[in-house]
Amino acid sequence: MPGSEEEHRGWSYLIIGFLILVMWHLFAVLLNSIALPTPVAVFYAFISGIKDDLLAHLLISAIRVGCGILFALALALPLGMVSYKNRADKIVAPFIYLLYPFPHIVLLPLVILLFGIGDLSKIILIAIIVFFQILVTTRDAARNVSMNYIYSLLSLGASEKDIYKHVILPASLPKILTAMRISIGTAIAVLFFVESFATTKGLGYLIMDAWSRMAYPDLYAAIVTMALLGFCLYVMLEEVEHKVCAWVYV
Amino acid sequence: MRIMIESKGISKVYPDGTEALREVSFDVSEGKSCSIIGPSGCGKTTLLFIFSGILKPTSGKALIEGKEVVSPSKEVALILQDYGLFPWKTVYENVSLGLELRRYSKKERKRTVSSLLEDLGLKGFENHYPKQLSGGMQQRIGFARAMALNPRILLMDEPLSSLDALTRETLQNFLLSLWKNNGMTMLLVTHNIEEAVFLGEKIVVLSSRPGSVAEIIENHKVGDVNYRNTEGFLEKCREVRRSIEDGVT
Repeated sequence: MPGSEEEHRGWSYLIIGFLILVMWHLFAVLLNSIALPTPVAVFYAFISGIKDDLLAHLLISAIRVGCGILFALALALPLGMVSYKNRADKIVAPFIYLLYPFPHIVLLPLVILLFGIGDLSKIILIAIIVFFQILVTTRDAARNVSMNYIYSLLSLGASEKDIYKHVILPASLPKILTAMRISIGTAIAVLFFVESFATTKGLGYLIMDAWSRMAYPDLYAAIVTMALLGFCLYVMLEEVEHKVCAWVYV
Repeated sequence: MRIMIESKGISKVYPDGTEALREVSFDVSEGKSCSIIGPSGCGKTTLLFIFSGILKPTSGKALIEGKEVVSPSKEVALILQDYGLFPWKTVYENVSLGLELRRYSKKERKRTVSSLLEDLGLKGFENHYPKQLSGGMQQRIGFARAMALNPRILLMDEPLSSLDALTRETLQNFLLSLWKNNGMTMLLVTHNIEEAVFLGEKIVVLSSRPGSVAEIIENHKVGDVNYRNTEGFLEKCREVRRSIEDGVT
């Protein structure tokens, strides 16, 4: 029964979440250092943060990370999909192989020089890094689509555009969405990096600020909020995947 | 009788140098069925791709009703072995795809697809995905999609080869009645001798790579479900087998 299975999973998430909190608590008590407050202390800091401006910072961070991922997707998707054709791949593949292994995060100075220290440069740096992760996966997925699907479609009178709409995109979508889920982790790590300086907004700023004030409960409240942001994005994408890739799950 | 499909000295060499077909010539009259049989890798599929307008021959001509095939035509339906159906589309979406690509209205699509699915005993499965159905049902959906555009020519590439023996026989009977009731011209590529003999009024035997015509065997008794159980059927199978073996050596 799928209903009870679902319920079962919900419970195991709750139980293990609780277990993690217990472990954290024990660790904090044993360590007995101001650098690791107990979950209860962090929870109070979290509540007072919400009463203050924690949610405003969360919103800014969510917008930066969301725009970055969408930006990356909008560029990587078409480039990856045209690679199903050998002619296009001859150009795309060398770009990937030469530029992907390069640590894109060091482009930070360049991005700031070009786009300033505002939100745009933060979004762009996140986008650059996530772009490659999505491009590599999309390209691989598109190239693995069996030519017979394409022949089948062509015999029905399909145009070039139809091939993308009816074959390449739907066939690659499960892998693209998996890549996006994985890239959330990366995107949030980059978010922290770009928010750790030259800004007074965002969760990354809150973390650095609390750290310099030695306000450890506040520090952890910001960290937990960042984790929650990642978790929500992850769950959202999983929902999307179940909706648009229903055929995989039947 | 009018010639519907004609292969006029078709040769095909792929860009990588593989020679798939050499000087293949045969024809099929309107409303007739023809099996193409030969060892694997003899370019049978290539020949079908040429007739469906997906590939171009290196030399020679593929003619349909005397006109050279240059692009996929509404008159011609192609059924492929395993990849015919799109796993990401429901039964309904799969069957209506050809109509959608040819810009039929939603209403027309619904009418055609519903009656087709009813005829083929697939009613009630509209919203299922292919993998939720048995191999035999999936193949019937493949036929339904090909039939949706009401083609006059049906090209099939080993449509039944992934099915178990019993389902296969049922679908051969089904295919036979489909062909008899619709008056289509049928070109069936297979590597199964019994299937070639059961369904092809004409059997084109291809030699191994590069495929060329080894022999054309007439087989006029096709059309009755019981043909399979006659002595004449077995004799014909032996004849085809001999011919294939001669072509290989």
